[in-house]
Amino acid sequence: MKSEVNPLEVENLTFAYDGRTVLRRVSLQLMPGEVLGLIGPNGAGKSTLLRLAAGFFRPNAGTVRLFGRPPTQWPPRELARQVALVPQGAYVPPTFTVWESVLLGRTPYLGFLGVPREADRAAARRALEWVGMADLSERLMGELSGGERQRVLLARALAQEPRCLLLDEPTTHLDIHHQVAILSLIRRMALEHGIAVLVVLHDLNLAATFADRLALLVDGTLVALGDPREVLRPERLTAVYGNAVAVFPRPDNGGRPAILPRVA
Amino acid sequence: MPSSRSRPLSGDSHLKGDCHLNLFRRRRWLFLALALGLLLVTATLGMAWGAVSIPPGAVLRIVGQRLGFAAGAADWPPAWGTILLEIRIPRVVLAGLVGMTLAVAGAVYQALFRNPLAEPYLIGVSSGASFGATLAIVFIWRFGWGGWNGVSLAAFVGALAATGAIYSLARVGGRTPVTTLILAGVAVNALLSAATVFLMFSMQDAFRAMHVLGWLMGSLALADWEKVRTVLPYVLAGLALISWHAHTLNVLQLDEEQAQSLGVAVERTKGLLIVAVSLATAAAVSVSGAVGFVGLIVPHIVRLLWGPDHRFLLPMSGLVGAICLILADSAARTLFSPRELPLGVVTAVAGAPFFLYLLRRQKREVF
Repeated sequence: MKSEVNPLEVENLTFAYDGRTVLRRVSLQLMPGEVLGLIGPNGAGKSTLLRLAAGFFRPNAGTVRLFGRPPTQWPPRELARQVALVPQGAYVPPTFTVWESVLLGRTPYLGFLGVPREADRAAARRALEWVGMADLSERLMGELSGGERQRVLLARALAQEPRCLLLDEPTTHLDIHHQVAILSLIRRMALEHGIAVLVVLHDLNLAATFADRLALLVDGTLVALGDPREVLRPERLTAVYGNAVAVFPRPDNGGRPAILPRVA
Repeated sequence: MPSSRSRPLSGDSHLKGDCHLNLFRRRRWLFLALALGLLLVTATLGMAWGAVSIPPGAVLRIVGQRLGFAAGAADWPPAWGTILLEIRIPRVVLAGLVGMTLAVAGAVYQALFRNPLAEPYLIGVSSGASFGATLAIVFIWRFGWGGWNGVSLAAFVGALAATGAIYSLARVGGRTPVTTLILAGVAVNALLSAATVFLMFSMQDAFRAMHVLGWLMGSLALADWEKVRTVLPYVLAGLALISWHAHTLNVLQLDEEQAQSLGVAVERTKGLLIVAVSLATAAAVSVSGAVGFVGLIVPHIVRLLWGPDHRFLLPMSGLVGAICLILADSAARTLFSPRELPLGVVTAVAGAPFFLYLLRRQKREVF
């Protein structure tokens, strides 16, 4: 029954914060097994949209539905088994070990006294292996590099065994090796486990390479939604970002666009 | 991703510290058993030491006989039995309970407010209890209720009232931001301390002024079984509720957004835990007076050595807190016998240098 409902359905969503309208009549759907990239200039409302999907705020108008039900109406534990969120630059105390941090992802499954069962340990171990951090599970969070930290946060989200993953810029401050590693893993999770992924990305080329579809948000309005080849038109990007760009189709990647700035 | 493994690690000194730390963290359940053993030894010694010194062996035999374990004739002076059962044992038990409660409460407050300076007294428990107790002493309140005498009851009510006032003053639009809470706490504490000092100042009776001063610095000199019975239900209920939320406290170490996305009802859980921890601390402080430092330092020491997992941090802090306060109280009543040192003086003088030593030795971030 539930599998027939889309993981995320946003309809005519309007949201204002401190008297400022952050999102205006945004509508989009997220399908199972799909990676939807959310792009747009700074302050366009990308992170806010993610938070609304996670149920942190109530919309002023319009609806957000997660598996058919507004996220603010799910019981918190139930919701956390459906959706995992990795906020940008999420804080984890430096004295936590990697293992302890990932095991926190099992919180919505733990029973009385919060003692992890074998199934919980197995899920945490599996998540650590997926992100390639199994050997570092006894390290302290304070000793990790930025890329390792990010992979631990992703592992924690995967340990939640969610059907929908909300990621806020999971690749900022990472070198290209780790950017590709993280985004490839996210794609694999979507393909192999049918997880629906809504991911905020800053880097247009990464978005063009790894997302199935892109949503371009400008000043709280959704100006384009669809295939990266459709969304990333040079004239549109030039207008939106205020900087002339050239867009080339990549022969190695099904003609997906590569974006380069033009120098005046 | 094999390449990440060959990545240079950030400094060898970290690794050495890590190995040292991991000895503690890997074997932490063994350390918990050791601490439990140490608590029993400390309690026995606490019962043995005093104006009349009783050999620890005799303490064990007297307690054993009383509990019905050991048969055999009583080969000790009858006074020993009376001293132990009527004076020392309730005092040691009460010291253990108060130390355990303050230390666990400190760990809970530090986690709830994600602030290393948080402690039981920050949100008014101490200043409220002190003000209540001072009122009761100044106006010689003799009423009681259940097992409570006037001073303890006034302290208990004062502690809860001050905590409630600070918490509701700090609420902004259904949320309780940590900084607002801490600032409201500082302000209300200052006001209540001033009121307490004014009451003392306006007193003409030097004896009662000393009584107030003694209370403010903490003392277990008036311990008896009645006090143990009175305090126990609140302490046990509070600690049980806290233990039940040990894992949630781990999650709350993250920011509130992450805690919520992991399925924790953040505001509701925080409210529940604050009620639990305030009841337990208010009860403890109402019989011991404002014993400082245990609630602040013990959880930090435990966290430094064994890490931040509250499923371990809470019981270990409880045991270490109990051990520390039994030792401190034994020192308080024996060092300058027959005069008693204020308990708060002992805990601060012994606790601060040890804590500073640990803090300096640890080269990493501690919270």
